[in-house]
Amino acid sequence: MTGQRGEGVLNGHRGIGQTVTGEALVAADNFSARYDLDRLKGKFSRPQHKLHGKSYVGKILILNAAKGGVASAWMLKEMMSRDMGPKALVLNFANPIMAQGAAYADLPLLDRFERDVTRAVTTGDIVEVNPAAGTLTIIEKK
Amino acid sequence: MRLSKHEQDMLSGKYGWPRRFAMEQIVKVGDFFDAEDCVEVAQVHLMADTESLGEDGVLFLEKLAGYPLEERSVKVPTVTDPRGIDFEHYKALGQSEGQADLERRTIDAFRALGVMMTDTCINYQTIMPPVLGEHLAFGDTGSSIYANSVQGARTNFQGGPSALASALTGRAPRYGFHLDECRKGAKIFKVDHAPRDFAEWGALGGVVGRHMESYWDVPVLELAAPHRHPTSDELKHFGAALASYGSTALFHMVGVTPEAFDGNVALIDDPETMAAISARDIEAFIDAYWPDDDVVDVVVFAAPQLSLMEISEVADLLDGRHINEKVALIATVSPEVKSAADRMGVTAKIEGAGGMLLQGVCFYQMCAREIGEAKGWKRLATNSAKLVNIIGGYGYEPVLAPLERCVESAIQGRLVR
Repeated sequence: MTGQRGEGVLNGHRGIGQTVTGEALVAADNFSARYDLDRLKGKFSRPQHKLHGKSYVGKILILNAAKGGVASAWMLKEMMSRDMGPKALVLNFANPIMAQGAAYADLPLLDRFERDVTRAVTTGDIVEVNPAAGTLTIIEKK
Repeated sequence: MRLSKHEQDMLSGKYGWPRRFAMEQIVKVGDFFDAEDCVEVAQVHLMADTESLGEDGVLFLEKLAGYPLEERSVKVPTVTDPRGIDFEHYKALGQSEGQADLERRTIDAFRALGVMMTDTCINYQTIMPPVLGEHLAFGDTGSSIYANSVQGARTNFQGGPSALASALTGRAPRYGFHLDECRKGAKIFKVDHAPRDFAEWGALGGVVGRHMESYWDVPVLELAAPHRHPTSDELKHFGAALASYGSTALFHMVGVTPEAFDGNVALIDDPETMAAISARDIEAFIDAYWPDDDVVDVVVFAAPQLSLMEISEVADLLDGRHINEKVALIATVSPEVKSAADRMGVTAKIEGAGGMLLQGVCFYQMCAREIGEAKGWKRLATNSAKLVNIIGGYGYEPVLAPLERCVESAIQGRLVR
C-alpha cells in the first residue's frame, strides 16, 4: 500500500475552516484539549489515551468523538497562537465545543462521515481535509 | 441560517465589531449543526479561566474591552464560571505572579463588557436558577447538564467564545438541546443500586457516561425502588460526572427530572436498553482508581464547587481536629457560599484544622499541573468523580472516595478506605 495514490474520499458533513493537507495522527479514542493534552509540550498526556506521549503539533488529528469539558473552545486557538496546535481536527462526532473552538480558531474541522474515519485512515497517511466540501481525501497511504 | 433584520444588522457590523464577530461565530457554528435560525437566550454562563484563555485569549478580551461602551456591552445577564486565581491564596499554592497578572487583566476586561463576576460553576444553585423551557447559553458542562436535565431549561454546551458571542447578541443558534427532537432519550439504564454518597453518585455518572457514544446520546435512568428522592447536590455530582465522562448535556431520570417526571419520557424511534447498573459496577468504577499503597499528598473538594451544605459537612468533620502535616486539604466554593461560610463559622472550622477554603475558583481550572509541580503533589484524593476524570491528564494520580474518608485521609496522613 505504501506510496499509492487516490486511496479514496470519505464524505462527511460540511465543516469549518480552510482546506489543508497534512500527515494524519489517528486513534480510535476520544478527544478533549484539557483532559488529554500537555498543551505546552504539544503531546498527549493522559496516561489512558491511545496517543499518550505522541506529538499532535502540525498533524491532521483524527479521533472518534469530542469528550470532556468546555475548555477546548478557548484552548484550540491558544494552542495555535503558539504554533503548537494540530493542522486540522477530524472526528467521527464533534460536539458543540469543538465546533465553537474551531470557529474561533479558524481550525479546519470535519465530522459525521459515512463510515468510521478512525478505521479508514492510518497514522502517517497524507490526507486532504476540505471543510467546504465536507470531504477527507486520502492522498497517500503510509 | 435564517436571520432576523436585527441579527443581520449585527452581522453586517452596524452595531460595531464585537457584535459582528459574535454573529459570525454564531453563524459558523449554526451552519455546522444545520441550525435554521437563532433562539433568544435569557442568560449566559461564561467559562473563561486564564489557563484556557492564555495570553492570546486575554488579548482578545482586552481588544473587545477597548470598543465603545455601546458596542461592547453584553445584552443579557452574563455570569462567570470559576476563575483561576484566589488572590488571598495563590502564593501559598505556588501560583506565579504571571498567572495572577493574567487573571487581573481578564477580570478588568470582563468588567468593561458588563459581565458579572460570579465566579461559580453552580450558578444554577446560587445565582439565578433556570426555569422549564427557558433558552440559555451555559458554558460549563456541569451547569449545562443540570439546567437542561433537572431544571428543564434548554442549552447546548457553549464554550467561552460561543457564550461570549451569545452575551454580545442575546442569541444562540437553534440546534441540539434547544430542539424537542434532540431531547429524546436514546439509551435506557435501569439502576439497581442506590448511590450512598456523592462519590457514588459521581461514579454512577461516570459509568453511564462511558456508555455515551457522542454528545447527541441522551440517557434515561430508571432508579430501582426504594431510592430516596435525590437531592440537588446528588444530582449535581451525578450530572457533572456524566457530562465529564460522556460529553453529555442532558439526562432524564424517571420520577425525578421534569421531562420524565410522570414516566412518559420522549424516546427516539429505536432506543437502546442497556445492561442494568449494579452495586458491583459502581464499586468497580471506584476501585479502578485505588492504588496499592496508602500515600496521599492532597485532598481536594471541588468540581463542582461545594454548596453550603457540602462545605458545612466538611467543616463539621474537621472541627477541632488537625490535618496531617504531610497532607494539604483544599475546598473550593463560590464567593456567595464563601460569604455564608464566613458568617456561619464554617470557614473558621476548616482553617482551624489547617485546611484551605478557596473562593471563586475550581481546582482543575487553576493551572493544576504547575501547582502540583510547585507543591510536589501527585496523589490526590477527592469525592468528585468529575475531578478524578480530569486531573489524571495534569500529572496527578487521583483516588475517588467518600467525603468523610477523604477528610479522614487528610487527618491521618494516609489513604483511608
